[in-house]
Amino acid sequence: MERTHYKQEINITEPLMNRINELISHYPADKRKSALLPVLHEVQDAHENWLSPELMDKVAEILQILPIEVYEVVSFYSMYNQRPIGKYMFEFCHTSPCCLKGTEDLMDYTCEKLGVKVGEITPDGLFEVKGVECLGACGYAPMMQLGDFYKENLTEDKIDQLIADCRDDKIILHDK
Amino acid sequence: MKVTIDGQEIEVEAGTTILQAARMIGGESVPPAMCYYSKLKGSGGKCRCCLVEVAKGSEADPRPMPKLMASCVTGCMDGMEVNSKSSDRVKEARESVTEFLLINHPLDCPVCDQAGECDLQDLSFEHGKAKSRFIEEKRTFEPEDIGPNIQLHMNRCILCYRCVMVADQLTDNRVHGVMDRGDHSNISTCISKAIDNEFSGNMIDVCPVGALTDKTFRFKSRVWFNKPYNAHRECTTPGCCGKTTVWMFGDEIQRVTGRKDIYHEVEEFICNECRFDHKDPADWVIEGPREFDKDSVINQNNYTQKLDTVHIATEEGILKGREQDRKKISMPAIPLDKEEEENFKHGNL
Amino acid sequence: MSKKILLDKINVPGIKTYEVYRQNGGYASVVKAMKAMTPDEVVEEVKKSGLRGRGGAGFPAGLKWSFIDKKSGKPRHLVCNADESEPGTFKDRYLMEFIPHLLIEGMITSSFALGANLSYIYIRGEYMWVYKILERAIAEAKAAGWLGKNILGTGYDLELHVHCGAGAYICGEETALIESLEGKRGNPRIKPPFPAVSGLWANPTVVNNVETIASVPWIVNNSGDDYAKIGIGRSTGTKLISASGHVKNPGVYEIELGLSVYEFMNSDEYLGGMSSDRPLKALVPGGSSVPILPADLIYKTANGEDRLMTYESLSDGGFATGSMLGSGGFIVYDDTSCIVRNTWNFARFYHHESCGQCSPCREGTGWLEKVLWRIENGQGREEDIDLLWSIQSKIEGNTICPLGDAASWPVAAAIRHFRDEFEYHVRFPEKIKNRNHFVAEPFAQVKHLVTKQTV
Repeated sequence: MERTHYKQEINITEPLMNRINELISHYPADKRKSALLPVLHEVQDAHENWLSPELMDKVAEILQILPIEVYEVVSFYSMYNQRPIGKYMFEFCHTSPCCLKGTEDLMDYTCEKLGVKVGEITPDGLFEVKGVECLGACGYAPMMQLGDFYKENLTEDKIDQLIADCRDDKIILHDK
Repeated sequence: MKVTIDGQEIEVEAGTTILQAARMIGGESVPPAMCYYSKLKGSGGKCRCCLVEVAKGSEADPRPMPKLMASCVTGCMDGMEVNSKSSDRVKEARESVTEFLLINHPLDCPVCDQAGECDLQDLSFEHGKAKSRFIEEKRTFEPEDIGPNIQLHMNRCILCYRCVMVADQLTDNRVHGVMDRGDHSNISTCISKAIDNEFSGNMIDVCPVGALTDKTFRFKSRVWFNKPYNAHRECTTPGCCGKTTVWMFGDEIQRVTGRKDIYHEVEEFICNECRFDHKDPADWVIEGPREFDKDSVINQNNYTQKLDTVHIATEEGILKGREQDRKKISMPAIPLDKEEEENFKHGNL
Repeated sequence: MSKKILLDKINVPGIKTYEVYRQNGGYASVVKAMKAMTPDEVVEEVKKSGLRGRGGAGFPAGLKWSFIDKKSGKPRHLVCNADESEPGTFKDRYLMEFIPHLLIEGMITSSFALGANLSYIYIRGEYMWVYKILERAIAEAKAAGWLGKNILGTGYDLELHVHCGAGAYICGEETALIESLEGKRGNPRIKPPFPAVSGLWANPTVVNNVETIASVPWIVNNSGDDYAKIGIGRSTGTKLISASGHVKNPGVYEIELGLSVYEFMNSDEYLGGMSSDRPLKALVPGGSSVPILPADLIYKTANGEDRLMTYESLSDGGFATGSMLGSGGFIVYDDTSCIVRNTWNFARFYHHESCGQCSPCREGTGWLEKVLWRIENGQGREEDIDLLWSIQSKIEGNTICPLGDAASWPVAAAIRHFRDEFEYHVRFPEKIKNRNHFVAEPFAQVKHLVTKQTV
């Protein structure tokens, strides 16, 4: 199957493990599984934003649950990626209130500018454009999610600037 | 507690669900159930086939329930009045659910091993329509190999979750589950792992459709060409009762299953050894024929009643055709040789 | 200027921080509740306030609290539903981002009222930066002694944590949220049992929306009666409205319930009218799930009364001529927007967000989307309109959770009020090829074509 094709280097660093243990401590001792969603976020952030079966197995081991319980959860939620993704994934909200403000045109513009279609990664591995459902920023449309942050009230000029900033490595993806 | 279903009263104990009460009454008021399985804890509520109308909540609170209720997960209350078969609303809801379950179903009964003992076929027969309103492309899934014993055919799945519950409740270390979500939800191991736990074969028996079938029986026979017998053996697998139904064709055991009751639920679960590894009749003590409810297609090949050779008076005529038709379709321009002419007269052409 | 309860201090510089929040009277409700009231008295005040659940369903909060099972002796939990994902709604995020301590204060006071010693805020995973804001705010509150053991020397212990989701609208449904909080797929549970009896880890649990909980400090500081004086009838208090679409000033507003829709739309204090000179075409007043209203039913009800921003007035006329207040996601459409496209877009949303557990929703939402996509893209058939109506009616009411209803209502309302627009799409496929088809040629200009042509 597709998802087993990609290989990923797994590295649970000490700070990451400390953070995982902190998250686990938020739940009763016999409810470690409850920490699954937050732990997956942390682990994914530290592994180029995607989760291979091997990495999911590692999470299962840490939380003392079955691997299948992790696979089921990862595949359910849209924020977990099961394949490598572009470093800067432009996740445009394309639900109706945003579309009223020209999101679709702006997505076309971005795709053209990057030379990709929605769902494709640029050859340099830097960019990917994706349409996602309502991000809860309808009043600030058009907008996108980039890493942990929202970029709102977007225009073509702002997209140009954002792409330039990504290329210059000026964009922070995660707030750690 | 007293409950009334379609006008039939019954006394039940507290904690009984409407579906269970209906099954106690039996007959046509029993709602169909595609996901509920009395032997699996937490099953039910999902397929929505068993929706019923609660016309009176209880003696204490006689208000009707505004929505139709899933009878398999709704507890009886004293004085409750339920309409099942007798309600047009219920009839419509069941038709709706049937339609929903069929729109993406491949409708490949002619090549499906479940055909003949399929709950979805029964449901469609009762509540389905001959014509589909769905003109879109059907959803399909990539095939996945889950080992040498069980064939997974995800396109046929109705997501009852029974097989997941079997794995959870009968086996350790479940390796398959429900992946993805919405109409792309699918039963999978995610990593194409073989499901080889000793009780995993029960997934086949609990599957209401042809999504999980017995690989060792694959394409061997239509189920109604087999003769089912109750059989047992001294099984040493802990937790296995050793009591099965063996499905025979001549002297050959083609398939072994659990013993299923009139609601197609197994009486007791069996181990994989009994199911897959003992196809020699000498391994079994055959108890006698397994009976099925009278409408089951399995009775097509019924041998429990006396069979007379049926003589059809018009048989010869059918084979040869009517004289006037033969004249119409025969080709006098092509002369037949003597032997061909003889064959033709006897209708063997 | 109408009364502000939640956002009254939003413009105080630094209100995001603990110090400023505290200096401006923050955490007073915790002191009052714990020192001067019993838990039951707090519940009583919330009951008296008439505060209704602000997540969308509008169930009275005090009543919900009173259902929590205290007899079993099991630990109890309060879970805040911050999984805000209803299209058109972004109010909770505003509250949490700009005045996080208000929510935390509300959580402490409410947990005390319920006797919960372990509470959670479940926030959607996309609000990751807000998650961090809340995490830091909780740490500040804990450092200041508002959380932990023996709070204010009363012997009451409370741990509060924030938990993030990972992208699933369905987790806004309270039992799906609980499943997700337990580290599982967000499949709604079959009810009964309700969370008040068996919720998080099978313990009695109350799940409340962010805005609901954030209203509690004011109610405790003042009184339930004072709160009930704001608003009209059973729509008491204030409500946050998230405004989006073709309005001049989109954003989050706190209104007193009872404000007229006309004033909210047009006064400069609020939305300031339309964003351009294009006329108002339609309104979704309470998030994507509620029925869309055509222009003639927005400012006036079918009886000719003024339409007000209340639970009752917005639903006046039932589904035939009314809608719902819902979550307060106020989406405004001018005549460049296409109702068919909007309906297809929402159908895609529900299709994408269906958990897939029960058959009518799993299969029906996808079917709705596919048929709507065909109509919007010029491949519709005349009978597809009736087919849509039929599909939505077969989903509605037959599902485990309200997502099925939420997927059905927008389709039903669009056909009910804008059937001619669907017919136009079916009959004039060449005219709707461009997705912005109504920008140059609004429907009003071509409407006459539909009535002329019969099929």
